[in-house]
Amino acid sequence: MKSKAHNSKAKGAASKPKGLTFQDLLLKLEHYWTSRDCILQQPYDIEVGAGTMHPETFLRVLGPEPYRVVYAQPSRRPADGRYGENPNRLYKHTQLQVILKPSPLDIQDLYLASLAAVGINLKEHDIRFEEDNWESPTLGAWGIGWQVLLDGLEITQFTYFQQCGGVDLDPISVELTYGLDRIAAYLQDVDNVFDVRWSDTMTYGQVRLAEEQQFSAYSFDHADAVSTRKQFDLNEAEAARLLAEYGHLKGAAVKRFPVLQAYDLCLKCSHLFNVLDARGAISVTERAGMIARVRKLATQVARAWLDQRTALQVASGVSA
Amino acid sequence: MKDRGELLFEIGCEEIPAGMILKASQELKAILAKHLSANGLVDEPTAQESIEAFGAPRRIVAIAKNVRLKQEDVTREIAGPPKAIAFDAAGQPTRAAVSFAEKQGVPVGKLTIVNTPKGEYVAVKQLVRGKTAAEILKAVLPEAIREITWPRSMTWAGAQGPRFIRPVRWIVALLDGKPVSCSLAEVKAGNRTDGHRFLGKRIIPVSGARDYEAKLKKNFVLCRPEARRKKIESELRSLTSRKGLRAHEDAALLEMVTYLNEYPTVILGSFDPSFLALPEEILITVMRGHQKYFAVESRSGELAPHFLAVINLPRDAKGLVRAGHERVLRARFADAQFFWETDQKTRLGDYLPKLSAVTYERRLGSYGDKVERMRSLARWLSEQWFSGGIAQADVAGSDRAAELAKCDLVTEMVREFTELQGIVGGLYARAQGEPEEIAQAVYDHYQPLGLDDPLPRNLTGCAVALADKLDSLVACFAVGAIPTGSSDPFALRRAALGVVKIILEKNLPLSISAAVSAAARGLREHAPRIEESAEVENHVIEFLLERARYILRERRGFAYDEINAAFAAGADDLGDAVERVAAVKAIRHTKNFAPLAASFKRIRNILEKSAGKGDKGQVSVRQDLLREAAELQLHTAAQRIGEEATRLKKEKKYRKALEKISELRPAVDFFFDKVLVMAEDEDVRRNRIALLAGLLKEFSTIADFSELGAEESK
Repeated sequence: MKSKAHNSKAKGAASKPKGLTFQDLLLKLEHYWTSRDCILQQPYDIEVGAGTMHPETFLRVLGPEPYRVVYAQPSRRPADGRYGENPNRLYKHTQLQVILKPSPLDIQDLYLASLAAVGINLKEHDIRFEEDNWESPTLGAWGIGWQVLLDGLEITQFTYFQQCGGVDLDPISVELTYGLDRIAAYLQDVDNVFDVRWSDTMTYGQVRLAEEQQFSAYSFDHADAVSTRKQFDLNEAEAARLLAEYGHLKGAAVKRFPVLQAYDLCLKCSHLFNVLDARGAISVTERAGMIARVRKLATQVARAWLDQRTALQVASGVSA
Repeated sequence: MKDRGELLFEIGCEEIPAGMILKASQELKAILAKHLSANGLVDEPTAQESIEAFGAPRRIVAIAKNVRLKQEDVTREIAGPPKAIAFDAAGQPTRAAVSFAEKQGVPVGKLTIVNTPKGEYVAVKQLVRGKTAAEILKAVLPEAIREITWPRSMTWAGAQGPRFIRPVRWIVALLDGKPVSCSLAEVKAGNRTDGHRFLGKRIIPVSGARDYEAKLKKNFVLCRPEARRKKIESELRSLTSRKGLRAHEDAALLEMVTYLNEYPTVILGSFDPSFLALPEEILITVMRGHQKYFAVESRSGELAPHFLAVINLPRDAKGLVRAGHERVLRARFADAQFFWETDQKTRLGDYLPKLSAVTYERRLGSYGDKVERMRSLARWLSEQWFSGGIAQADVAGSDRAAELAKCDLVTEMVREFTELQGIVGGLYARAQGEPEEIAQAVYDHYQPLGLDDPLPRNLTGCAVALADKLDSLVACFAVGAIPTGSSDPFALRRAALGVVKIILEKNLPLSISAAVSAAARGLREHAPRIEESAEVENHVIEFLLERARYILRERRGFAYDEINAAFAAGADDLGDAVERVAAVKAIRHTKNFAPLAASFKRIRNILEKSAGKGDKGQVSVRQDLLREAAELQLHTAAQRIGEEATRLKKEKKYRKALEKISELRPAVDFFFDKVLVMAEDEDVRRNRIALLAGLLKEFSTIADFSELGAEESK
């Protein structure tokens, strides 16, 4: 495919390149949301399929405490990989994730102003909110919302979280998931994501192409199904052991118990499942069963996490 | 003082899913009609006409005219103690009278006496003042919002907050121009609406319905769907007609975009003509599915390299929106082209082994198993037709088409565009040189998808479609996956409807019970090798006949009892049963037939009663026991008419046969006039019962007339 090497035609006032670079887009959006009381967090350091899986979303939306956070999250979807040969499909794409808890009354306007902040003139483009309810069977999570379309292109998933880890949420958080790669391509008016200017000197292809090629090759062609399955089983067993142990704890021992580690192991399972799926190693029947196994861990983590927070607050005299 | 006014009620909301707005506005109308008339604020008979409701993506609106501003005052009579207790012998009020008057807050002198069935009682007239409409609406309007039902609602203001399809952000509630004070969660109702998200003012005070519509229009919201639809339709025409083109007609898409935009404008975009090499089914699906574009075609129906997008803006002055949509479409077409080429690196039939990994139903195995069952059933159907005299029935062709039918389920194209299942398989089969009959059969085999959907075009397609649907029905029923209420995950109702439609409209000779048995045999002989019971087969047959009844009522205008009468005489050959239904309908109201049908009902009652008494046993009529002239006459008439009717029936001249049977009427009437069936003499009684039983049996082979409703048979 044509992931051209960077050339120098971008220089000079006459052909000033159009739109923000990928990294400026990221910085502007992060700045926009940190100016609106969001914590700036870092991407999670474990493979995840979506920004939602980051504990800053999955765990923070549970319980009553208000919270606002923004972070970029590279998200791996092994089955979507195309060896870097498809102009739109990626093994790993970059999401910008925003969580506002509770959801503010003017959230749609706040969101739209963020588009204006990256140079999209709202009066000159066709921007719409089209029904799209989000659901993650592996996380026991779902919400109601839309995909936001910019001139027919999906640029954001906008969701009012209703349930997470099988727990009904109160208050309701709103989750904004921006598809940064697509938005950058749109702003720069390029058809191929690998042609997107990452910075003034580097393209997306220069930065990421090797990753796309190699991880696609691994998950489609090289991954060993037997060993991947074994890793899934090991991670699952370890998480299950921790969660079972937590169930028997009393008093002060609860405080330092590694529920967070159990969640990390659950995320590992989720990714290993995705690799097996992309490898074509899972039959349709088996698929539902494995999703249910991951969901079981996720819902147990959610319950343990809530329980632990309540215990901590009681211990320190804070009321929930 | 003015006693009536107008109510303007707008539920302002974040974007409501387009497909739900119409139904929600209709519901709101019904809910308001119910509450307003229950509270005496509108006149009940005209409640529906005095309210109109409509919606747009961010609002559901109701306008009620002639709403009473205040309920009428009513005088109520409140009864107290009996007169005898309330007044003493001297006519003086007692303690009972005084305390009743005190309780009602009137002087004793105001008490009156009323006569009731129980005697004379003390009473007092109280004037109950009507509440103001504003007071009533304060409670009714938030309630009305809560009462609208949605497929899947949400909370946004916390677990205790209201549920709605999306967050409610503002409410306009104006009665006769004055705000009604009410609220829902954190939203207080008032007189302020909200314009177009990007182009209008966001806070717009309005004084009433007229002002509301006018101001919204100025602020780029066409609140009425008719106005939006009209604008879209006229622009679809004007943008294409000057190029000698037209929009590809698509009523469902038109409805969708009408409810997706508050200020719809159509723009014309183009794509690279080289994409026209892809089949038009795929191009249209890509355009309409995700992107909701209308395809553009020449007057002769050839696709043109253009599309029409409906945008939520008044214009696209710089062409930015068009360029954006063109880019998105280009990427989607490139994907489709990639799928088209990649999929065909493998021949369609070579996808077959992959179907073993795709589960159809947990207990029913894979699609690979289903294909095996479909093949044997499709062959059986074609054999039936061939031996039934249909020369073009192609056993080997049906087998091949059934083998290929499900292969496209594992192609990239169908994974991406699931609605193209079957179609993609048919296109690949054609492109790979399968005979046209087989490619068409694969292409069509999911059809018909509804009451008005077209049927498979050729006989091979019918065989595969019937095999697919009959197998689904028998297999799912065998494992208890039977539709209940609104739950029908395997779309079995649609499958049954399809089976019936194909048999009826293609006029195919086919015994339903034999076809169901053949499907059951497939389930036994192939995986999952389930041995089901006769009960399951009967259940499937009854399920199919239920759909047949439905089609005959909804599409052919037959009455319940006409269908029941004809089906009672058998419906295994559906086409034949329908001819009999038609004959019954044609003749039921004629002079002789209607009374005859009533007599048959009487005969059935007599037989049921006598069966209860044990008067069974005798099968044939004994000539020697026919004593009365009337019974002899009936017997003779029955024999004569019976012979002729049987001959007509054999020739399938059902109407003529029924006309012939009608001639029985005088003899039957004469019989009931003169003869007492329940004679004292047991032999005579039995003989008469045998005569009637024979009559009922002989003349119920076209239809069971006693099924015809009495009220309609006059």
